[in-house]
Amino acid sequence: MDAVDDPDVGLVVEHGPVLAVIAVGGALGSLARYGVNVALPHSGGFPLSTFGENIVGCFVLGALLVVLTEQRRPHRLVQPFLGTGVLGGFTTFSTYAVDSVTRDSAVVAALYLVGTLVVALAASWAGVAVTRRLGVGAR
Amino acid sequence: MTVLLVVLGALVGAPARYVVDKAVTARLSSGFPWGTLVVNLSGCLLLGLLSGAALSPGVLALLGTGFCGAYTTYSSFGYEAVSLAERAQRRAALRYVLVSVVAGVALAGAGYALTS
Repeated sequence: MDAVDDPDVGLVVEHGPVLAVIAVGGALGSLARYGVNVALPHSGGFPLSTFGENIVGCFVLGALLVVLTEQRRPHRLVQPFLGTGVLGGFTTFSTYAVDSVTRDSAVVAALYLVGTLVVALAASWAGVAVTRRLGVGAR
Repeated sequence: MTVLLVVLGALVGAPARYVVDKAVTARLSSGFPWGTLVVNLSGCLLLGLLSGAALSPGVLALLGTGFCGAYTTYSSFGYEAVSLAERAQRRAALRYVLVSVVAGVALAGAGYALTS
């Protein structure tokens, strides 16, 4: 079969650049997350670093996706790089869940579990709402 | 050195999230964020298993902070929940949030208990 007609080759050609920018963006976002964790260490107490990262990441992704999907026509790799890559790598759901079940105090665990959820969802909503209202770069 | 391991894990974890998300949503195209749900729940179980086991700090940096951290996402979870609610699918949004958090915590706890 001719290489260009091979559906698997087509898939790699189509998804290759997307996967590459997601990998690089994810590495940058994770590097930033690791940096914040080192700067704000928590040993068994309230995981302030992950709490802050998830909230900031939710707000910024909400704002970014309004700009990219409603206000501008970006290059097709911008959203995979910044949204899926950088912000996806900066925020984390697995550390949130594991930190919730490994806290020394049940009160801290409950506060962290519910606190992150409420503030992060509010941040996602606010990122979308504020950016829409500001109409940043509206087309 | 630790920084390098985090980066290496993330270089694989972030695209793995994209691939799993696409594979799941291609099979379950219902408007419900099944892709992110599968990613986050499997990541919770994996990080629970890793955290319970007495692994070296280097392995935890590579697979835990790097891979699982980049593989799972809170920002997409939040955005999808808000999007569902905005599209007047409040019940689906509530289901998505509750299943993600309750099952995520349960899987993290189960994984941790299995290996510790």
